[in-house]
Amino acid sequence: MDFKDTPELAAFRQDVRAWLDANAERRTDNLNMGMEGEQAFLEGKAWYRKKAEAGFACLTWPKEYGGAGLTSLHDVVWTQEVVNYRTRDAQFVIGIGNCGPAIMHFANEEAKRELLPRMASAQDVWCQLFSEPSAGSDVAGLRTSAQREGDHWKINGQKIWTSGAQYSDYGVVLTRTDPGVSKYKGLTMFMIDMRQPGVEVRPIKQMDGGQHFNEVFFHDAVVPDAYRLGDVGGGWTGALTVLMSERLAISGIQPTGFPQFLDVVKSLELNGEPMASDPIVRDRLATWYSQYAGLQAANKRMITAVAQGGIAGAEASLGKLVGAVMNQEIANFVCQLFGQAGVIQDATLSPARAHFQESVLFAPGVRLAGGTDEVMRNILAEQVLGLPQEPRADKGMAFKDIPTGSAGAG
Amino acid sequence: MNFEFSEEQRFIRDQARNFLSQECSTPVVREVLDGSGSFHRPLWDKIIELGWTAMAIPEEHGGLGLGYLELCVIAEELGRALAPIPFSSSVYLATEALKHWGSQQQKAQYLPRLAAGELIGCFAHAEGLGKPCVDAAAGKAGIAGSKLPVADGDIADFAILSARNADDVVQLYIVDLAQSGVRREALSSLDPSRSQARIDLQNAAAEPLGDADPAGAEAIDSLLDCAAVLLAFEQIGGCQAAMDSGIAYTKERYAFGRPVASFQAIKHKFADMFVALELARSNAYYGAWALSSDAPDLPLAAATARVSATDAYYLISKENIQAHGGMGFTWEFDCHLYYRRAQLLSSQIGAMPLWKERLVTHLLHAA
Repeated sequence: MDFKDTPELAAFRQDVRAWLDANAERRTDNLNMGMEGEQAFLEGKAWYRKKAEAGFACLTWPKEYGGAGLTSLHDVVWTQEVVNYRTRDAQFVIGIGNCGPAIMHFANEEAKRELLPRMASAQDVWCQLFSEPSAGSDVAGLRTSAQREGDHWKINGQKIWTSGAQYSDYGVVLTRTDPGVSKYKGLTMFMIDMRQPGVEVRPIKQMDGGQHFNEVFFHDAVVPDAYRLGDVGGGWTGALTVLMSERLAISGIQPTGFPQFLDVVKSLELNGEPMASDPIVRDRLATWYSQYAGLQAANKRMITAVAQGGIAGAEASLGKLVGAVMNQEIANFVCQLFGQAGVIQDATLSPARAHFQESVLFAPGVRLAGGTDEVMRNILAEQVLGLPQEPRADKGMAFKDIPTGSAGAG
Repeated sequence: MNFEFSEEQRFIRDQARNFLSQECSTPVVREVLDGSGSFHRPLWDKIIELGWTAMAIPEEHGGLGLGYLELCVIAEELGRALAPIPFSSSVYLATEALKHWGSQQQKAQYLPRLAAGELIGCFAHAEGLGKPCVDAAAGKAGIAGSKLPVADGDIADFAILSARNADDVVQLYIVDLAQSGVRREALSSLDPSRSQARIDLQNAAAEPLGDADPAGAEAIDSLLDCAAVLLAFEQIGGCQAAMDSGIAYTKERYAFGRPVASFQAIKHKFADMFVALELARSNAYYGAWALSSDAPDLPLAAATARVSATDAYYLISKENIQAHGGMGFTWEFDCHLYYRRAQLLSSQIGAMPLWKERLVTHLLHAA
């Protein structure tokens, strides 16, 4: 056991640090970047372009597709270093993290050479169009249809919870091409041009007031067959590739709320005493630190497995599950500590620029997005522990015959 | 970066697992649980023969000169097998105390005999309810006071024992337990597969551990850190065994025409157990690294490993009973063996309030 870099990685780490020092602002606190919307998007885009010009974009992608042709361990080093700087990447994680690997795997060579370098340099923004109003955890129950017309497909239907759709140039969309076969078999995945008349994006106002997600409507939107990802009817395999990449992309950066909690405990007084001397606070610190440290160490084990030639498997679901739950519990606990003032959400009055109040309201979404707590538990139980699947009422049925309830459309 | 045990260490682990699955199945554990003796002498003798008591003792003192990482993988297997032997008392505590703070003469006297299994040591620190408060006093006439509970106190040949010296400073002593000034009594406990005792000392002869600079509170702290990491491995070994047994049982048992393990209520229970175990295992690994490399953050890493492993073993051992249903509550099924051992290991070397406090103290003092 040791935590030393190989000489090659140590040199790379030095390069990364030097470049980040020269090109980004070092973090002085653990608070989020603040500001959403257009301005944040433009800053993020500028940062990705800068990164791409310096050769630090998409480190593991082959050079001909706009990447740096390096290993996943280089990527780990980059992630470990960049976290210490104030950078924006929210809109680009999905394209590069989720869509990129699927395109690399399933697209034809011409499309890869055309589209991937533009994704890597943030010239194009991508979104992922899977979830639908009546297909959330059961995403294979989706109904958006794709019908072939010569060398094109026509897409009709509705997607929901699409992050960054309003900024996106392209999307990876999962559609139903055959409702006459079982639900997993009738799916086909495409790349779609989001800048066409048949695509309508409507932002969703979330319960916390933010607008991170969208509904996307397709009215005879057109996709050339050359933009098909994988076989007709083979969309589920592609979707699993995307979903697994998503869990990997977020497993290392899933917020837990712990560093912010530790900062506030160290810096604030409560009833004239340091918050850190309160026995209840100390008890919570111990419990949450042991989980937080466990996640960090689990991540190191995962990196080791990857370095030794393995793959990070379904275990990545663990980080998502633990982080999302802890994040909500910490936010609630800290607001309680503030007493009656805990309810005030005012960045100039509330400690940590109202981070904890914001978290209270945003945390429910974190437990749902990218696979709910319950889906994560199913994945761990079935894919890691090998427990049998739940019997399915729709097993063996043609999709069109599967019963539907009335709560779908919301 | 390499955050995994080496091939050699994993080989030792596999060998230990094979050996214990043959020699320390749960009927063996039950021999002690059901009252025949304070530990399993035949198993202990075989383990001595395998050299496990000599593992982390330097070669110059008759040991094998291996490191803590090797001891960690053995600890995990002993925990998995619920081994009813005084290994933790003698190896993680008494041997480590002598190795680090013993004088040259003490090392030469005790370590070769500990390595060879001719002596069993124990650690006598607690004195009743709550956090350890040392009232035992060492004067010219010897040590007077009571220690309770002392794991393996009724079977050990000697104790590393804390007492206040003439200046009222807590210090560690070596006390021969076979002398007339020592009275020992076995106690009932939540886990009768391991022994607990009360030790009363009346003018008991003792020698300070170490010579010029006797071992005191700092030595006790670092001894506890070391034991916390090793016990965390015993705990995660027990967690894994308990969880595996629950998975095997609920896959085989049917209700409402399908395996019990196919119900989400059961699956999610096991997912939560898996999460707790993975976090505990990862923290234990970090603790092992900190212990083996004498890292400055060992105290924080050790407390974290202990808190995490204690939480995990409690959760897994109780939910494993639940997943087994009524049969899990019988004496016949092994579920209670893990539940009992989880209780024992969570209190040995200090319970959760103490270790959470140690964790927080080190966390807040860290940069």
